[in-house]
Order: sequence, then structure tokens, then C-alpha cells
Amino acid sequence: MKIVVCIKQVPDTTEVKLDPKTNTLIRDGVPSIINPDDKAGIEAALRLKEQTNGHVTVVCMGPGQADVALREALAMGCDEAILLSDRAFGGSDTYATATVIAGGLKTLDYDVIITGRQAIDGDTAQVGPQIAEQLHIPQVSYAEELKVDGDSLIVKRQFEDRYQMIKVHTPCLITALSELAKPRYMTVSGIVDAYEKEVKVLGFEDLKNNFDPANIGLKGSPTNVYKSFTKQAKGAGTILNVTPDEAVQAIMDKLIEKHII
Amino acid sequence: MEGFKLTKTQELQKELFRKFAEEEIKPIAKEMDESEEYSMDLIQKMQKCHFFGIPYSREYGGAGADVLTYTLAMEELSKVDASTGITLSVHTSLCCSCINDFGTEEQKQTLLRPLVDGSKIGCFGLTEANAGTDAGGVQTTADKDENGDYIINGQKMFTTNSGFADTFVVFALTDKSQGSRGMSAFVLDRTMPGITVSDNIERMGIRAASNCSVNYENVHVPKDRLLGREGQGYKIAMGALAGGRIGIGAQSVGIAQGAINEVLKYVKERKQFGRTINKFQNTQFKLAEMQTKVDAARLMVWRAANAKDNHENYAPLAAMCKLFASDVANEVTRGCVQLMGGYGYCREYPVERAMRDAKITEIYEGTSEAMKMVISGAMKV
Repeated sequence: MKIVVCIKQVPDTTEVKLDPKTNTLIRDGVPSIINPDDKAGIEAALRLKEQTNGHVTVVCMGPGQADVALREALAMGCDEAILLSDRAFGGSDTYATATVIAGGLKTLDYDVIITGRQAIDGDTAQVGPQIAEQLHIPQVSYAEELKVDGDSLIVKRQFEDRYQMIKVHTPCLITALSELAKPRYMTVSGIVDAYEKEVKVLGFEDLKNNFDPANIGLKGSPTNVYKSFTKQAKGAGTILNVTPDEAVQAIMDKLIEKHII
Repeated sequence: MEGFKLTKTQELQKELFRKFAEEEIKPIAKEMDESEEYSMDLIQKMQKCHFFGIPYSREYGGAGADVLTYTLAMEELSKVDASTGITLSVHTSLCCSCINDFGTEEQKQTLLRPLVDGSKIGCFGLTEANAGTDAGGVQTTADKDENGDYIINGQKMFTTNSGFADTFVVFALTDKSQGSRGMSAFVLDRTMPGITVSDNIERMGIRAASNCSVNYENVHVPKDRLLGREGQGYKIAMGALAGGRIGIGAQSVGIAQGAINEVLKYVKERKQFGRTINKFQNTQFKLAEMQTKVDAARLMVWRAANAKDNHENYAPLAAMCKLFASDVANEVTRGCVQLMGGYGYCREYPVERAMRDAKITEIYEGTSEAMKMVISGAMKV
């Protein structure tokens, strides 16, 4: 089975601050990691590889410094790494990002594409599904379990209150939840090998025939951030030291008062 | 290493060791110290990540990394647990190096491979009750039988990892009349009849590490288990110890840095006289002094590791880095306990364990006094 995993390099904290002028994240001094859902995707891909004697290619779109994220994926056991990197790709929103990544994936042969559900910096959960749309392949998002069944995959898809069991034909795209697979550690020998391998870099010139250049980068992005701000903390809550019955009454009174019920 | 900077590969290796130590070792380090028992589950996890074959060639199943990477493992793991450091060190730089440096091709394929590919754990039996710094005073004997095999008799003291190790490198006299020149090195299996391992010896620090006395009674050792030639044992042991000191230097740096990292968190939270104690110049200056010494020690460790990687004469550099770093580990952990006051003395905080663990770094794999003998010898004083 030929498996492709798409990963994103993100700042290692959900506490990063926003630059009020540019409305972008301040990344200085914040260490970068592989996005957690994507890392679960790598692990899921490696397990599929082990089950099917397969091959895993890891793909990342980002600046040159994203190289280390790809090396980490190689050191975990991925076979091949591709970095999609070009100034022309900068400023892409989710649609433009998916356009570039789909353009990169068109250069590859694949049975399954795995992306993380969403990145901890943008939290959109849009890129995976948009890649599937652009490649015209079926997709299953929020995967919590994955099983190979002949030419198909059986995916346990998580909802808030239930699961769906979905059988999907390959080629397909799966978006992985962190619960899908606990990522393994790199190995010492894996790291030695990772830096002896080549990370293939594909830029605009390599991919320009695989997408409409008008749909990538800042100019090709249909959405842009209008305003971003840090949420103000609400005032302190009220603590009532009362019996359970009185507490129920107090809550009901409050809800009625606020016209919630 | 290029200049004073790690390569990208070494940086990523360091990140692996750091993350592994934080996630897998830190949560159980206190418990292992108190129960005086090392976790076999943890050993298996480390074997899976190829920690037990770091500086050894792929040809024999090793990870194919360098000595400097091995020092990064020693530092990062010892930051949270010095017992893990010594477990790795004795296996890697004492047991495996003897076979790697003096074994025949066949011995490397059959005896070294399982040690460095993560299947087996090794230990190193040189020290005896009456042969410590005076390692030439070993009394364990290896007599030849009619087939040319050896019969080993004697008792070894303080054999780290012996509680669970599979492979024992053992030093014994093949010619009693020759003293240290009559010493030879052998590779034994735990399963050989006549080997008895004692309970763990009760110690001040590195209490989770396995450290026992081992009795050898008429242990029949086939002749193909001799390392090098008869009479080369002392040279083999001294060579292994010289390399091992780089690892102990790195362990010392790790113990000290780990304690500083804990104190850095504490002084930003602890309030006295109406402000957090990091606002006091005593705290700031003390930490600045301690960090400077740890950095100096680390550079000495890296220099020695780099020299070994480049096949230069590293023995005096290794002795210097161990002498200095072990002293720093003791001074810094004492200073860290002092900065934390009564809480530093409590077992609830890991600096208490770090201070107990630090002491051994001035003693094992050559005492500080033995380091001065090596260094002054190299200076031709």
C-alpha cells in the first residue's frame, strides 16, 4: 500500500501571542513541532505500512525550516520526504494551501492520504477535506480507528455522541484524530538515516502545471484574516454554598432571568 | 560537532533523548529510587529506540551514531534520572567497548550484536573487594583446563547492571605470577553454571541502578570467549574505563543541569519577603555561577567526545572532563538544595535525589584522585 502523510510544522504551544498589527502568530522563540494530529497520522501510516508491506511518503508545505519536521518523520520510519516550499506559496489560506498540496500530491502515486484533523495553530480542520475535494477522491474525517480490508479501509469516525463505521475505497483521504495512534519515538539509528536521505524540495516552477497559479499564495486566497484578538477573560463566577436542591433552584432562576429557558 | 555547535543530526538526537526522558523516565524516577529497582519495561522502551547501541557500527547492529551523540543521551537521561545514565553507561562504554575494541570479527557478530541491537544488556566485572583504584590487585582466577577452556573462580564487587544483565565482561588472572600483566578479559553469559548474583547493594544514591556482588564458582568458559590475548586484560579494562569517563562526565553535567532546571521553576514561584525569590540578587548570582560551571563542564565533555570520535588521544581529556564535571555536579546540586531551602531537602522535589546521586560521579569509573593520576601522568609531571 502506498501511503502519503501530510504534516504541518506548528509552534509548540497553544499559548502563543498574536501580533496585533499583522494579526499573525508571533513565532519567535517558540520551538516548532509536528502538529499533534498529523503526528498521529504518521503513526497510523507507519502501522499501515507494516501491515501491508507498504511505503510512506511524508509531505509538508512550509518554509525551509520545516525540513526538521520531515527529518523527524523520516526518523520515525517514513521512507521518503517532500517539502513544498516557495515564496509564491506564502500567505496561503486553507483553500490556497490545499491547492498547493494537492498540486504536490499529483506528482505521487498513492492509495491512501492521511492528514491530521486540524492544526493547533489555525484550528480550521479544512485543509485535509479540501485536498480530497481537489483530488476528487473520497474522504473520511475524524478517524479514530483504521483497518485495512482488501482494497478498502474501514474507518471508525468520531462524533460528539456517536461513531460511524465507514468502509471507503482507495484511493481516499483520511483525517486523523490524535486518538487514532500514539506516535512512536524516533530511533537513534532512524535519525542517523534521516539526515543521510534527501528531502525533495518542490517549488512553484515544479508544480505550476498542477494547479491554477491564480489560486495559490496570498493573492489566490479567497479568505483573509480581518481581525484577530485575544479573548478577554470573563469575570469571576459565583460560588453558592447551598444544598443541592437550592442549587438547582438558583441555577433555574438564573437561566429564566437570562431568558435562556 | 562543528565549532562549539551541535550538528542538525545531533540536535534532533538530543531532542529525542530529552522528550523520552521527560515522558518515560521522569514520571517513574522517584518511584524507582525508592523501590531501589530499575524498570525492565523502561529498558525495553530504550532498547526499542536503539539507545543501547548508540556509538556502534551498523555492521554489528549498532545505531551508527557518534560518541558525542552518546554523551547527549547520557546528559539528557541523567537530567531526570542518574540511575538511567549509569545503566546505559556501563552497558555501552564499559561492556560493549571491550568487545568492540578487542573482539574478533566472529565475537563481534555473536557477542556484540545482541548487545547493541537492543536484545541484551551487558555489565563489566573488574572491581573486587580488595581491588578498587588498585585494579591490578584483582584476585579472580581463570585456569586453563585440558581442552584449553577456562575455569573462572572469584568474586566481583559493585558490578553495575549485574542484577539483570545477560552478558558479563569479566577480568581474571590467567597468570597469577604476572600481576596485572597476567590479567585477561572474558565474555560470560549469565546462564553459565556457577555464576551467582547477590541482592542489590544498599547505596546512598543512584539507588534504582542495579549494583550487586557477583560470585564465580568454577564457571566453565569456552576458549572462544577470551577477548584479545591472554595478559591483555588490564589494558582492555583501562581502555574501556578511559572512554567510560566521557559518559560519566556527561552524566555529571546532566545531574547538575537537571537540578538547575528544577530550581529555575521553583525560584519563580517561591515567595519570601513579599516577592518571588528569583528577584533576589543572591538567587540570580548563584544560578549564574552554577550555569557557567555546568556549561564549562559540558564543553569539556564535548571536547573529549570529539577527540574520541576523531581517534585522537582522548584519555587525558576524558579524565579532565570527569574530574571537573563530577566536582561541578556535587557543588551545583548542593547549591540547588540550598536555594530551595527546606523544600530542597524534601524527597518531594527531585534535587534531593540529584544531590545524593551526584556523589558517585566522583567515585566510580575512576575516583577524582585516580583522574589526577591520569592527568598529571599525561602532563609528565
